[in-house]
Amino acid sequence: MEEQVLLERLRAGDEQAFVALVTAHDGALRRVARTLVRTPSVADEVVQETWLSVLRGLDAFEGRSSLRTWIFRILVNTARTRGSREARSLPFSALESEGRPAVDPHAFGADGRWSSAPSRLDGDPETGLLSAELRAHLLKAVDELSEDQRAVITLRDLVGMPADEVCDLLDLSDGNQRVLLHRARARVRAALTPLVEVVG
Amino acid sequence: MRLPWRRHHHYDPLVCREFVELVTDYLEGTLPERERVRFEAHLAECDGCAGYLEDMRRLVGSLHEAPEPPPDGATRDALLRAFRDLRGT
Repeated sequence: MEEQVLLERLRAGDEQAFVALVTAHDGALRRVARTLVRTPSVADEVVQETWLSVLRGLDAFEGRSSLRTWIFRILVNTARTRGSREARSLPFSALESEGRPAVDPHAFGADGRWSSAPSRLDGDPETGLLSAELRAHLLKAVDELSEDQRAVITLRDLVGMPADEVCDLLDLSDGNQRVLLHRARARVRAALTPLVEVVG
Repeated sequence: MRLPWRRHHHYDPLVCREFVELVTDYLEGTLPERERVRFEAHLAECDGCAGYLEDMRRLVGSLHEAPEPPPDGATRDALLRAFRDLRGT
């Protein structure tokens, strides 16, 4: 649905449009919220409050950003105003994931080349996607990442938000955002190939 | 500019262990020109790394297509009630 059309329908009180909006974003909001506050139940409250703020703010939304970016901005602000007791310390740090190789060093010989050809993930050449079986495990692998990595890979790869917006939203430098994304993708890949590369 | 690069390339080809650490920068389009050339030179001659990169593209594409579980019934009902209260016509 075109964003402008969606917005008009929401403002007109169209329930179907609201259900479509919630269905599109609620899961990712919840996933990101869990990286911003300490407990899943607080995260659920933050998401609930976010939706209420969205409803109240619809008329004031000026469309300077996309609706999606605006909703995630409200989420982050809501999480931060929950107070220091419940909020994780921000800004994020990439330190946790620095220096960790993307691939188990044992996969390479002393010359830095693959010691044997790396195993491939099962994929579907027609769709250019992973096999249905691997895709079924993707979100679980994302859930097992650290908070920082989970927030970045969710916004970048699941939601499809551009890098600059993610940096802005999470107060990350370009470099830190990329390090977190890199580690997150590498660890998800490793989680899908447990027999080959276990990143320790 | 070309000659120093060639000399650099000749003496310092990328190895697989470095390649996998540059994959995200490459996909993000943030590799400096010289690094990108080294990256693509290695890519063209290493099946293992070509497969690794292809897998990573599929992984990212699949994440984007991953369906999020819909909100549970109670959450959905509570949000709809709020919608009716706040936006209902």
